[in-house]
Amino acid sequence: MDSIAGQKPAVVWALNISVVVLVLLWIFPTLGLFVSSFRTGDQITASGWWSSMFPAEQVLQIRAADPDDNRVDIGNGRYAVEGNLFGEEGLQGTMNAWGTSSRALGAYEPGETADLGDGETMTLQADGSYVWEGNDDQISGRAQRVFVTATQPPDFTFANYNFVLFDENNSEGMARAFLNTLTVVIPATIIPILVAAFAAYALAWMDFPGRALLIAAVVALLVVPLQLALIPLLSLHNAIGIGKGYLGVWLAHTGFGLPLAIYLLRNYMVGLPRDIIENAKVDGATDFQIFTKIILPLSFPALASFAIFQFLWTWNDLLVALVFLIDASGETTVMTRQIVELLGTRGGDWEILATAAFVSIAVPLVVFFAMQRYLVRGLLAGSVK
Amino acid sequence: MHPALQGVITIIVGVGGCIGYFYFANLFLDKVLFPARGPNIGRNINRANMIRPWVFLFPAMFALGLYLAYPVVETIRLSLTERLPGGEYRFVGLENYQFMFAEAKFWEAMRNNLLWLIVVPAASTGFGLLAAQLTDRLRWGNIAKSIIFMPMAISLVGAAVIFKLVYEARPEDVAQIGILNHLYLLFGGSEPQQWLQIPFWNNIFLMIVLIWIQTGFAMVILSAALRGIPEETVEAAIVDGANPFQIFFKIKIPQIMGTIVVVWTTITIATLKVFDIVFAMTNGQWETQVLANYMYDKLFRANDWGVGSASAMIIMLMVLPILVWNVYNARKEMR
Repeated sequence: MDSIAGQKPAVVWALNISVVVLVLLWIFPTLGLFVSSFRTGDQITASGWWSSMFPAEQVLQIRAADPDDNRVDIGNGRYAVEGNLFGEEGLQGTMNAWGTSSRALGAYEPGETADLGDGETMTLQADGSYVWEGNDDQISGRAQRVFVTATQPPDFTFANYNFVLFDENNSEGMARAFLNTLTVVIPATIIPILVAAFAAYALAWMDFPGRALLIAAVVALLVVPLQLALIPLLSLHNAIGIGKGYLGVWLAHTGFGLPLAIYLLRNYMVGLPRDIIENAKVDGATDFQIFTKIILPLSFPALASFAIFQFLWTWNDLLVALVFLIDASGETTVMTRQIVELLGTRGGDWEILATAAFVSIAVPLVVFFAMQRYLVRGLLAGSVK
Repeated sequence: MHPALQGVITIIVGVGGCIGYFYFANLFLDKVLFPARGPNIGRNINRANMIRPWVFLFPAMFALGLYLAYPVVETIRLSLTERLPGGEYRFVGLENYQFMFAEAKFWEAMRNNLLWLIVVPAASTGFGLLAAQLTDRLRWGNIAKSIIFMPMAISLVGAAVIFKLVYEARPEDVAQIGILNHLYLLFGGSEPQQWLQIPFWNNIFLMIVLIWIQTGFAMVILSAALRGIPEETVEAAIVDGANPFQIFFKIKIPQIMGTIVVVWTTITIATLKVFDIVFAMTNGQWETQVLANYMYDKLFRANDWGVGSASAMIIMLMVLPILVWNVYNARKEMR
């Protein structure tokens, strides 16, 4: 088999390169958002995220210290201001050139002295220390502008995450939405599993009239668009007094998740060895005992697969939450909803958007990479059959 | 009460309720209703065993009926009625459908949905097949697969934000921060484009988001199918002097055709219901409306339940052939 692609080095190279291209295409969009969430708003608008990974040449505009407060009389009617342009932190990176006018940004090397006319001079060292000299008139009023061209190393910050998650004054924060999402997801994942497991066992291992029909019904309901359920169920919830709220969204997710749960679990349980079950029956075990003591533990992989599906689906859901959960007060907003709101109100503030989006993406990604095996297994069981 | 606490209580009540229901219903069946003792012991055991499946099935059937089957019927009814002020309904026959068919926005949504239905499943399956075949023999194939599969875990809303950044356009004289415009200018484009505002093509840019998500799904399943192909068939082809392309198209593809169809239909269903992407990225402006978003507009913005339900029925009708096909296949398999 390997001989198809395994022998000619050129083919192997072409293969590797095309997969690299494919992988890059697939990871670039996410990477862009991820990198952006660690940059300040100014950095994001100043340059594309792809250039933030490398040292970049940037022009910084800095003013010398205020001459009226800081000038020193050095005799002969001349005054001087001394100090360091970069303050106490110093410059991140190295200074390549500097200038005093926006028309000649890189006119001088570090260490050179610039002649500003009529005896006014400015000397700037590579470490940012400067001496600005001139007469009474020149060293007063507004301080001299200096344009520093510097190569700066990549610079990233956690400030966005702090702002989005922990800033109490931020009314558009994600902390509450995060908790709300969690509150929706956990019961909505656990409850359908139990309900479905019993039903799947009955459909797989118990004989009764109408079984085939019920299985067909489950297969049919698998693809019924949940859009159909929105208005009828919302009216129903209102009529029986649940209204919009967590209880409603938990019930809705349970209902919508059941067909897949029953289908996946039944397919798995049907494949369990018949001998075990029949032996247990001969030994006098009841169906209930067989289910709880044998089937449930053996079905763990299928249970895990469905749990991941349901978790991802409820965590990422927008529509069901919009319809069944989020009321006019907005107290119960979930993360997906919060992000859509931010897209409307903060459309250009990429540092906020990127961070908020990543907060909501992070948890499913962790689950995905940790449980990928079960996810794949579930996918295969759910669709190839 | 704090929602988190409420959540914990719900889990306990829900899980405890489920376990309690199954346990006590069984107990009731075996000890009280049809006790396995006394003169009718044989008949009782048989009766208990006839009823037990329904005890196991009841909660699931009840939830399925209430949350999926009942809404289908109710939606048909709503689509044929008009809601009057004061909570009354009036039967209007097909008026809602007539109103909908007369609306340009509906036909725009139909056209776009059909476009989505053609492009997304085809492209996702195609890319998935390509990725599955290319990564199959690579040493780092599993890592590559993980990365292509990863978008599956990302919400459609998250993906919408991700691609908004990709498509971002800035004025011509400042640095571009969207990579698409950056590349566009790099390769000779004249000025930055607002990709999501160019009618017709913006549909394609929205579809790319879903293709990006669904390709991983297609790849995982097709990759498993490719591995299931008997090696002898491929070896025989090599011996006969087939080149790699012939092997792929003439030996492998025909053998996994069944799986390709399954993948295609699964993605078709996901595509039919596409809502979040359009809702978050364009909200149907610039001629990007799709049926699910049109329906949401009608139901919750215009508050017109009749037309909203009618458009939901259109989605249902489009799903119906796949539904019948799935049921047919499932029944065939069970025999």
